[in-house]
Amino acid sequence: MALSAFHTPETIEQAVALLAGDPSARPLSGGTDLIVQMQSGRSEAGAIVDIKRIAGLNGIRSDGDGFVIGAATPCTALKEDAALVAAWPGVVEAANLIGSVQVRNRATMAGNLCNASPAADSVPALVAAGATCLIAGPSGEREVPVEAIPVAPSKTSLQAGEMVTAIKLPKRSAGGSDAYLRSIPRTEMDIAVVGAGANITVDAEGVCTSARIAIGAAAPTVVLVEDAGKALEGSGFDDAAMEAMAQAVRNACKPIDDKRGTIEYRIAMAGVLAKRTVMIARERAGGTA
Amino acid sequence: MSKLHVTTSVNGDEREFLCGPGETLLDVLRDELDMTGTKEGCGSGDCGACTIMLDGEMVCSCLVMAAEAQGRVIGTIEGVAEGSELHPVQRTFLDHAALQCGFCTPGFIVAAKALLDRNPDPTETEVRYWLAGNLCRCTGYDKIIRAVMDAAAELRQERTPA
Repeated sequence: MALSAFHTPETIEQAVALLAGDPSARPLSGGTDLIVQMQSGRSEAGAIVDIKRIAGLNGIRSDGDGFVIGAATPCTALKEDAALVAAWPGVVEAANLIGSVQVRNRATMAGNLCNASPAADSVPALVAAGATCLIAGPSGEREVPVEAIPVAPSKTSLQAGEMVTAIKLPKRSAGGSDAYLRSIPRTEMDIAVVGAGANITVDAEGVCTSARIAIGAAAPTVVLVEDAGKALEGSGFDDAAMEAMAQAVRNACKPIDDKRGTIEYRIAMAGVLAKRTVMIARERAGGTA
Repeated sequence: MSKLHVTTSVNGDEREFLCGPGETLLDVLRDELDMTGTKEGCGSGDCGACTIMLDGEMVCSCLVMAAEAQGRVIGTIEGVAEGSELHPVQRTFLDHAALQCGFCTPGFIVAAKALLDRNPDPTETEVRYWLAGNLCRCTGYDKIIRAVMDAAAELRQERTPA
């Protein structure tokens, strides 16, 4: 790999200065995408900015308003946080479908997001959850919804010198839960043919009071399907509401044909997975009869 | 381009090396430290042949930059046996003939030991999922799984070494 430098900043300000000063520099957290891309010549990285030695970037903080997950927190660490697992089981399971144990001990959700693959497993779950990310850059800090980061395969909306420093999950509301499912031909070590994340809230009568549905690997980016959520709100998850939700999901699909699946299969499967995911989230939320 | 000076712990010994900013830890282990037990299979994190322990967690050393090792604690296949005393996982791999060409074996042993160190009573399903990131093209996996289950039983003292 033709790298000119390997930087180990200890503060976010130092990291931002290094990234802003060298347009070819790339932030490194788990490296499970970046190092593969450098090895195969697909990345033009000229220098590495390892963000793992920055205090506070590796770990999960829980304040009264939710969770702040540092950008260098590996996926397996999410499973160790009982409060996070209880509040956002769908996010934790999505992040822990990526690769193998070896990969998940390194890979991070922030990296999964910034790699901007439409098939990134953690991203539909984060989008459904209403997660945001904190971005540090030369002009200060900003916070944007997770779905605003990927704009096309391998392209993000991050500006020169910017890096994601944390992913924020909101406080879990009462009667709510989430889930993520993906379709792959085997059980491990594969990339989603289609993925679906659902985050729902039900009231004491079992009526859906809010729903966010996001799909992966079915369009150039992960897509938040607002109409799918609206189709469920106010319903008791009856067949008609579920089918309207699935139809909204299918309408939002703009997939490609590739070796993993055809356009027709991905569209049909997106609807199926969305229904199954909603049912799991509903059961977790305590809304199943 | 100047080389980076890295000090790290490998199998309990302090080691120093010089590396380029683009070298992987796998490159350095094999080519600088002459520890060739760790194998390069795919070089992209798919096969697990290069599995090592980094600060107590198993990782693919092909996906770790050598410079990242500064101040970290590394464990490799060379540190699994205690002197000439094989670890139970190594012994049960031999008992079950859980290898043929042997190229994947160091990665499997490191990964299996990592599982048994934290859970000496795994189910077969847990073993299979844990080892999903280690590929073997010879055995069909069954002998490997049986070897790990047997090593687990031995570690729980439910089975006497053969």
